[in-house]
Amino acid sequence: MAKVKSLADLQKLKADLQSKVNIREKGDTAENLVQVKVAMATCGIASGAKQVMEFLIDELEKRNIEAVVTQTGCMGYCYAEPTIEVKLPNQDPVVFGEVNNTKADEIIEKYIKTGELVDGIIPQNYETIDD
Amino acid sequence: MAKYKSHLLICGGTGCKASASDAIESNLNKELVEKGLEEEVQVVMTGCFGFCEKGPIVKVLPDNTFYTQVKPEDAGEIIAEHVVKGRKVERLLYTDPETKKDISDSKHMGFYKKQLRIALRNCGFINPESIDESIARDGYAALAKVLGEMTPEEAVQLIMDSGLRGRGGGGFPTGLKWKLTAQEKADQKYVVCNADEGDPGAFMDRSILEGDPHSVIESMAINAYCIGATKGLVYIRAEYPLAIERLKIALNQARDYGFLGKDILGTGFEFDIEIRYGAGAFVCGEETALIHSMEGERGEPTFKPPFPSVSGYLKKPTNVNNVETYANIPVIILKGAEWFSSIGSEKSKGTKVFALAGKINNVGLIEVPMGTTLREVIYEIGGGIKDGKKFKAVQTGGPSGGCLTEKHLDTPIDYDNLIACGSMMGSGGMIVMDEDDCMVSVAKFYLDFTVEESCGKCSPCRIGNKRLYEGLEKITQGKGSVDDLEKLRNLCGVIKDTSLCGLGQTSPNPVLSTMENFYDEYLEHVQDQKCCAGVCKDLMQYIIDNENCVGCTACARVCPVGAIAGERKGPHIIDPAICIKCGACIEKCKFNAISVQ
Repeated sequence: MAKVKSLADLQKLKADLQSKVNIREKGDTAENLVQVKVAMATCGIASGAKQVMEFLIDELEKRNIEAVVTQTGCMGYCYAEPTIEVKLPNQDPVVFGEVNNTKADEIIEKYIKTGELVDGIIPQNYETIDD
Repeated sequence: MAKYKSHLLICGGTGCKASASDAIESNLNKELVEKGLEEEVQVVMTGCFGFCEKGPIVKVLPDNTFYTQVKPEDAGEIIAEHVVKGRKVERLLYTDPETKKDISDSKHMGFYKKQLRIALRNCGFINPESIDESIARDGYAALAKVLGEMTPEEAVQLIMDSGLRGRGGGGFPTGLKWKLTAQEKADQKYVVCNADEGDPGAFMDRSILEGDPHSVIESMAINAYCIGATKGLVYIRAEYPLAIERLKIALNQARDYGFLGKDILGTGFEFDIEIRYGAGAFVCGEETALIHSMEGERGEPTFKPPFPSVSGYLKKPTNVNNVETYANIPVIILKGAEWFSSIGSEKSKGTKVFALAGKINNVGLIEVPMGTTLREVIYEIGGGIKDGKKFKAVQTGGPSGGCLTEKHLDTPIDYDNLIACGSMMGSGGMIVMDEDDCMVSVAKFYLDFTVEESCGKCSPCRIGNKRLYEGLEKITQGKGSVDDLEKLRNLCGVIKDTSLCGLGQTSPNPVLSTMENFYDEYLEHVQDQKCCAGVCKDLMQYIIDNENCVGCTACARVCPVGAIAGERKGPHIIDPAICIKCGACIEKCKFNAISVQ
């Protein structure tokens, strides 16, 4: 028996399956999206970076914000873990320190949604090979 | 369903599979399980990424990190460093040959910057064995749109308006072909996908079938709806086992989901596809020969007209299109004719896939908008000539095409420009040659292929090409004369004018175009008995320079035929009557005493 019996079926199926390739499509157009990097070295993980990353992935999706959340290595700010770097499209990245779920919520609501800066910014003092 | 934070894509094209991508896949999965990450990271085997030179490729998403020449034993490091710690494994990144800097994001690589991937949109992106991933990327949405919202006439008109031309070589307008077949009245019509890709060095169609088989199936169904057919056939060479396997999987999935069979998407439209295997005869890429082969007859062409659109498979109206042509259709339907015709040059719309091969740094599969210049393809995408050598020529169009040279480098590539330059688009093979390639030998190579592949039905092709080959052989042996060149040129004209099918009508092209562009090289062979590229062995002589030779006997010991004589610590000498010109002595000599003249 055929699974897809009408155009409506196909559209519904596509919507359900979209998540399968979402991450890949986002990777293709990452520069137009909000990019969040979570520092996940030993120090970050010990301070709860993993929970923050999961929180960010879930909440950004729930709040319908197209974003790419990736993990990265130690950014060097071990005193301020967990740290995350947020890059809005066409803007320089901003690093936030001591991010817990409450802080992450504030960053989403203020910085990501409206561009308003919040406390906890760490001035960036390095270059990456992508620069 | 597991919610993955990251995807690891592995190239599963024939090339990378041959370099152990299966082992890489299983090692990555094993490492993920060990680290307890199998619910967070998904490993996906995709189709060809195109960058075959540096395969196997592993791409990490969403951060778009592109790892090259990955070995199975690198899996542990990729997982431990990149996935767990978020640190890129720098030794596996692509290094820009000019700036010597590592590039992690494939979008910044010269190879990908100029490309526009329409036919290859899903190759290296989805798992070709998963219909779900195809659907997530709009698979079968074009079919649904055509069946649900358009009449066959409207869909044919859309394809005509897009300006799409056949990608198999001839460049016949696809929409017009559909219209002609649709006009015929018959109780049964057929759509045929020509996957008999036979040009030496070409693997565009194979990669599409390996990387995105559903796009071809969907297109054939659209084609069938447009012309009023219910049966489709894919003619594919049996030597493409991976493409066949993935196509079979895709066909079964499409039937399961109801995209093939009776009452497709509840519209009452019926269509199904069968696979027919070719034995790998080049002539069977010609549509009449292909049809005869499918009927179980000898794979020989017949005179046109009648065209297959009138009388094709089993004497019924048949529409034959090439794989790459089909791969373009769903995107055109979804994005519109205007979008497609805005890409490309005036008379050639859209993009073209090319297989880059030969003496080029970035061997691989590329897709560029029509109108891109050869210089951009060879130097920017292809990364220039290997080992810093000098560019000599690029062969396009396979055995039916010709050589383009330095002066053609800035010509925008499209169907008409290539013909004006004495070559042709062909199916998209591009073989780059450098200063070490002898153009007479190149022509001889293609003629050797044609002689082998001629079906033998008509005499100009069967006998003419054989004589052409012998003429070239004579020249490469230093036995030719200037008169011979004129004779060859005349013979080329006769073969072109009198052969029955495209194979014979185009087979002299490699000779004509090399004569046109490299006449000096032909003259050098027949007048001075010299081959400047050092390819024609009969025209070379190995000589030992007495002044440099110290009599170490290394050359005499390595010579496989004992052609070198001489006392220890005394000068050595090569007997040209025995020498087979293998070059072993040159490699062994530490004193630069041996030279080729």
